[in-house]
Amino acid sequence: MKYLIAPFLFISLLSFGQYPEGKEIVRKIDENMSSESRMILSKMVIHGRRGSRTIESRSWSEGEDSSFTEYLSPPREKGVKMLKLEDNLWMYSPSTDRTIQISGHMLRQSVMGSDLSYEDMMDDRKLMTDYESRVVGEETVDENPCWIVQLTAISEDVAYHSRKMWVDKVRYIPVKSELFAKSGKLLKRLEMFDVVKMESRWYPRKMIFRDMLKEGDGTEFIIDEIHFNVDIPPALMTKGALRK
Amino acid sequence: MIRFLLKGLLRDKNRSLFPILTVTIGVSLVVLIQSWITGIFGDMIDVNARFSTGHVKIMTMPYLENIDQMPNDLAIIGVSDLIDGVEGQFPDMNFTPRIRFGGLLDAPDENGETRSQGSVLGWGIDLFSPESREIDRMNIRKSLVRGKMPSEPGEILVSRVLSEKLDLKLNDPVTILSSTMYGGMAMYNFRVVGTVEFGMSAMDRGAIIADITDVQQSLDMTDAASEIVGYFNDGMYEEEQALVVTSAFNEKFMDPADEFTPVMQALSQQNELGVMISYSKSMTGIIIFVFVLAMSIVLWNAGLLGGIRRYGEYGLRLAIGEDKGHVYRTMLSESVAIGVVGSFIGTLLGLGFALYLQVYGLDVSQFTQKSTMMFPNIYRAHITAEAYFIGFIPGLFSTVLGTALSGIGIYKRKTAQLFKELET
Repeated sequence: MKYLIAPFLFISLLSFGQYPEGKEIVRKIDENMSSESRMILSKMVIHGRRGSRTIESRSWSEGEDSSFTEYLSPPREKGVKMLKLEDNLWMYSPSTDRTIQISGHMLRQSVMGSDLSYEDMMDDRKLMTDYESRVVGEETVDENPCWIVQLTAISEDVAYHSRKMWVDKVRYIPVKSELFAKSGKLLKRLEMFDVVKMESRWYPRKMIFRDMLKEGDGTEFIIDEIHFNVDIPPALMTKGALRK
Repeated sequence: MIRFLLKGLLRDKNRSLFPILTVTIGVSLVVLIQSWITGIFGDMIDVNARFSTGHVKIMTMPYLENIDQMPNDLAIIGVSDLIDGVEGQFPDMNFTPRIRFGGLLDAPDENGETRSQGSVLGWGIDLFSPESREIDRMNIRKSLVRGKMPSEPGEILVSRVLSEKLDLKLNDPVTILSSTMYGGMAMYNFRVVGTVEFGMSAMDRGAIIADITDVQQSLDMTDAASEIVGYFNDGMYEEEQALVVTSAFNEKFMDPADEFTPVMQALSQQNELGVMISYSKSMTGIIIFVFVLAMSIVLWNAGLLGGIRRYGEYGLRLAIGEDKGHVYRTMLSESVAIGVVGSFIGTLLGLGFALYLQVYGLDVSQFTQKSTMMFPNIYRAHITAEAYFIGFIPGLFSTVLGTALSGIGIYKRKTAQLFKELET
C-alpha cells in the first residue's frame, strides 16, 4: 500500500512546492493597490429592485487611517461628507447641518443603500497587517491565470474573518474576492474589471460589490479619475472641513 | 320530599359541605382561568391589531415576503389613490397609512456634534388629520409620560426609556439617520416634544413617533407608505368579515404581473395570530374538559365514600319499599342542589379573583424585555359574559356525573339480604 501512496505524496508535495508564498503575493497586492495618498473621482451605481441610482463622489485618502469623501450628486445626496480618522467615522449633511458620528453596529449598515457598508468604505488597511495568507490553488478567471489565496485574520479588529482571493499572476490584482464571516458564511463578493495601468501600477476601473445577504444585482464602483501620491491639505482631514 | 332532601343536606355536613367546597374551588378556578386566558389572548390580539396587523393590512407582495426587515424600498406607492379605492369598496372600514423604519437617533451637543445616539424603531402615523383615529387607536395620548402631543411638523415623541438613555429633555433637537425609500441616506431634524410609555417592551425600548408627512419627507416617500392598515368602524375584529374583505380586495387589486402588486392580509393571517385565535378558543374547551374530568373523579370518590357511609340509610330505604330508581334519583337531585350552590359560590369567588387581575394584572415585563413582538408587559384577565355561566358546566356536570357513577352501586343491592345486613 505504501508503494501506492508514496508517488501521490511526492506529486502532492511537488505541486505544493510550485505555489509561491502567500505572504509574498499579498505583499505585492498591497504594493500595487496602496499608496501614501490618493484622490478618486468615482461613481457608485446601485442596483435596487425599483431601479438603479448613480451617486458621484470625490474622495481623498491618506495612508491607512484617514479619508475624506464628498458626495457630488444626485441632488439629495449632494454636499454630504464623510470623514474617517483612524477608527472614527463622521458624517455631515447640509440639509440638517449636523455632524453625526457613525459607530458600533451602524458601521455595518449599508452606505446610501449600496452593497458596501461604512466598514467597507473605511477599510483601507493593508492586507499584510490583518491577515495571514497561503496559496491554495490556481484557476483562470476571465482568461487571467490566477493564484487562489486564502487569507485568515490574525486580529479580531477586522470586518471579515477570512477572504478567498483570485489574484492575477501577472498584475497582482485580486480580480475576484469572497469575504467570509467567522462562521464561514459568505458575506460579500467583490469582482474587479477593466484593469489598466495607472501611474506605473495596475488598477481596476470598475468593481462590483455584492452583498450576499441581500437580493439584487450588486453595486458597481466605477473610477473616473484616480491620482496617487497627491498632496492633500492637512485641513481637509479635520472635522472642521465637513461643514465647509 | 324536596324539603326532606334539603334538611338532610343541611344537617349532614359530609353530604353538603365537602362536595360544595370541592365544586366551589373547581368552579372558581375555571372562571378565573377562563377570564385570564381570554384576557391574555385578547390583549395580545388587540395590541397586535392596534400596533401591527390592523384588522386587515395592505402591503406590496415583496414587502410582505421580507416584512421582518421593514424594507421601505418595497413600500406601496400611490397610497392616496389606493386608500380612496378601498374605502369606496369597503365603506364599513377605515384605512390609514403607516411607515415603520429603523434608524439611528442622534442627539447633538452645543457644537452640533454627536452627544448621544441610539437605535430606534420609527413610526410615521397620521397624527394631524382631523379624521385620523390613530392617536386613540394606539393610545398615544394616554401613554404620554411627559410633554405634549406633536402639534406641528418637525415634532416627535420618544419612548421614555430611550429619552433617559440619550438624556433627552423636552424641546431638545434630534436628528434621525436612516435610509430613504430609494436607498439613499436620510437625515432629518426633529424636536422632542414628549415622551411616551406604552407598556410593551417592543415599543418602549426605542420607539419614536412622528407625523407620517414628516416621515414621508425625511425618507423620500412622497405618497408612499410601508403599509396601509384597515379597521372595522365599530372597532371590533370580525374574523369572517375580515376574510371576506381580504378576498374581495385581492381579487380586485392583486396583479400577478406587477412585482409590487398590493396584497391584503387579515389579522389572523399575520404574525401567526390565526393560531393564537384558534388556540384561545380551544383552550377554554380544554380547560372545562380537564376540570370536569378532575372534579368528576374527586366527586365520584366522594360519592363512593358517601355511599359507604350511607350504606345503611340506603339499605333501610330500600327495605321499607323505596324503589331503587327513586333512591338513585334523589341522590342525583341532591347532587344537582350541591352543584348549583357550589357553582354559584365558585362563580362569585372566581369572578372576584378575575376582577382583581382585570384591574391590576400581572407584570411580566422582566420576561419580555428583549421581545420584538407586540406583547403587553402587563397581562390582565378579562371578564366576559361567558364567565358568569361557564363555571356551571363543570360545577353541575361533574357533580351529577360523580354521583351517577357512585350511585350505580344501589342497583347491586339485593333486597333479600337487606334485613340481614340491617341486623348486623
